[in-house]
Amino acid sequence: MVIFIALLASALRLATPLIFSALGGIFSERSGVVNIALEGIMINGAFFAILVTHFTGSPWLGVFAAMFIGALTALLLAVLAIHLRGDQVVAGVAINLFATSITAFLLEMVWHRSGQTDSVPVSLTGNPFTFLEKIPVLGNLFSGLTPFVYLSFVAVAVTYFVIYKTPFGLRIRAVGEHPRAADTVGINVYTVRYICVMISGVLGGLSGASLSLGTVSLFREGMTSGKGFIAIAAMIFGKWHPVGALLASLFFGFAEAVQIQAASLGISNIPSELLQTLPYVATVLVLAGFIGRAVAPKAGGVPYQKGHR
Amino acid sequence: MQSQKESKIKVAIDSIKFPLLAIVFAFIIGAFFIIWTGNNPIMAYGELFSGSIGNISRFGETLLKATPLIFTGLAVGFGYRCGLFNIGVEGQYIFGTIFAVSGGWVFRDMPGFILPGILLVLGAIGGAIWAFIPGILKAKRGVNEVIISIMLNYTALYIANYIVRSVLNPSILLGGDKKAYSVMIPDQGRLTALTEFIPSFGYSSVNTGIVIAIIMALIIWFILFKTTLGYEVRSVGFNPYASEYGGISIAKNITLAMVISGALAGLAGAVTVIGLTFKVDMASGMPGYGFDGIAVALVGKNHPIGILASALLFGILKNGERKMQIAGIPKEVVGIIQSIIIIFIAAEAIGSYLPDIKKKFSKKSKEEVQV
Repeated sequence: MVIFIALLASALRLATPLIFSALGGIFSERSGVVNIALEGIMINGAFFAILVTHFTGSPWLGVFAAMFIGALTALLLAVLAIHLRGDQVVAGVAINLFATSITAFLLEMVWHRSGQTDSVPVSLTGNPFTFLEKIPVLGNLFSGLTPFVYLSFVAVAVTYFVIYKTPFGLRIRAVGEHPRAADTVGINVYTVRYICVMISGVLGGLSGASLSLGTVSLFREGMTSGKGFIAIAAMIFGKWHPVGALLASLFFGFAEAVQIQAASLGISNIPSELLQTLPYVATVLVLAGFIGRAVAPKAGGVPYQKGHR
Repeated sequence: MQSQKESKIKVAIDSIKFPLLAIVFAFIIGAFFIIWTGNNPIMAYGELFSGSIGNISRFGETLLKATPLIFTGLAVGFGYRCGLFNIGVEGQYIFGTIFAVSGGWVFRDMPGFILPGILLVLGAIGGAIWAFIPGILKAKRGVNEVIISIMLNYTALYIANYIVRSVLNPSILLGGDKKAYSVMIPDQGRLTALTEFIPSFGYSSVNTGIVIAIIMALIIWFILFKTTLGYEVRSVGFNPYASEYGGISIAKNITLAMVISGALAGLAGAVTVIGLTFKVDMASGMPGYGFDGIAVALVGKNHPIGILASALLFGILKNGERKMQIAGIPKEVVGIIQSIIIIFIAAEAIGSYLPDIKKKFSKKSKEEVQV
């Protein structure tokens, strides 16, 4: 039981960055912009969260900085993809490369070495609601949770509400499915897409912060190790729906937790590498339509040009 | 005849104008980052270029760095010609390395005049198999190849790690301690270093792989522009529906283009394994040649000859960064320059804005003349 609780807490912690980024991906893709840049946005978020915490001593300021930088990085994608009508995938690849290089560059400028930063003295790795730890049995679960875990669940609820229960959400979905029709009824396609990509950046930055401030309280080069792409996988696996993405992220987080703790669980006969491939293989199967069928928003990846047929 | 030639030259100049502009801009922005580090950009770029083309052995190292980039650039470029974005070159490269190193073990008793050839073919097959999956899914089920290939990249990475750890590990095949890398390619299966023919390459480990790469670029040029296959591939990339109407199968050409692209990516892996590393290491992240290949193809405008030139440029950047770092400038500046080049090229529509502005201006001046 103790092992299982620890496993569950670890799964929740590992799923948290995935949930944030997957929600970011949902906002962006629902409005018709493919966001391969999530990985880069996460890297920037993770780094700037640590950088700002390092200089100000306040982790929450670090979190805000991560969100701000995430939005800024996403703005670059938005300008390239929406205004300049560039290839969204190429722009995403470029931003990922840019984020990797710029953070490594700044790391060397500030800490005068490469590899990883110093750990910041105050971080957000502890449970914010200590009174929950007094609950028998489940207390152990809550003691392993970080503020980001709670935040991610709030973010899922908010995303669901915004996309399905507000007029703005209806506009997002219209723009992502049929931008021309949306334009005809007076929705500004460009504005909606800009806002959505920026929101996606805010969530991606938050995801990065949850990775650096929420787990090891330092930034390491390559620490995202493809988590941005797993988040995209979770988004697809969850069929572009916030709750689906939450469940997919939890599933992938659980798989990773099992893989990390395989030895203590006594299941060392499953090669850990094959467990690592699980999110990716599952996504390929879903996309190919072997398990259910995931259908992307129709206008995804296509730049919108007013007045062209 | 004369005018036709001239117009061809004009087309060529028009198409390299934008990549050149992007490169110049990226170097200018890179200069600001160098100034930020407190160094002189002219000195830094001097170090960069002297480190990569300063003498023949350094140039040899640059060619060595360019070798896999030519293959991966060709892979991305060939896909692009058919309207496919093969972001999966990374995974296909990994499969190429695994196939080559497995072949090296299985055929370890083969003589030296045939073994390298077999290993190259095996590498190409490995890459082709891995590319066939997104190709056939796109052709038969209309699934976007980008997302599938990204997922397959990481799948390939972990499968390769598993194979290196528990199938091809020296501890399993030869006995002894567990290693973080695979068994070695036998001596007779390796490519020859160019130093053996041209001693002035000195310490550089540049090998016959670069020759194979250049020949492959010419072959791809021939396939694309001189054969029916190439015509059909380009036609599908240009306008799939018109092609289908004209009797060219979209599904067949998409699958075929993806498989050829994957074979080129697998060749990149095989050439690296039998020319340089002679083994496959366990890796925690992507080797990066695939993403570099995207940059190479974009700068080279998806034309095999352009890809040769841009692979050389990226080879220069990759090789020169070391000497720049010795001079005290963080090598990440090179990564920043590379990514800014791609950002500019992704924003190619900037270029299409320019003529509009020009037109406006010229219209105005004409009106003024009329007035």
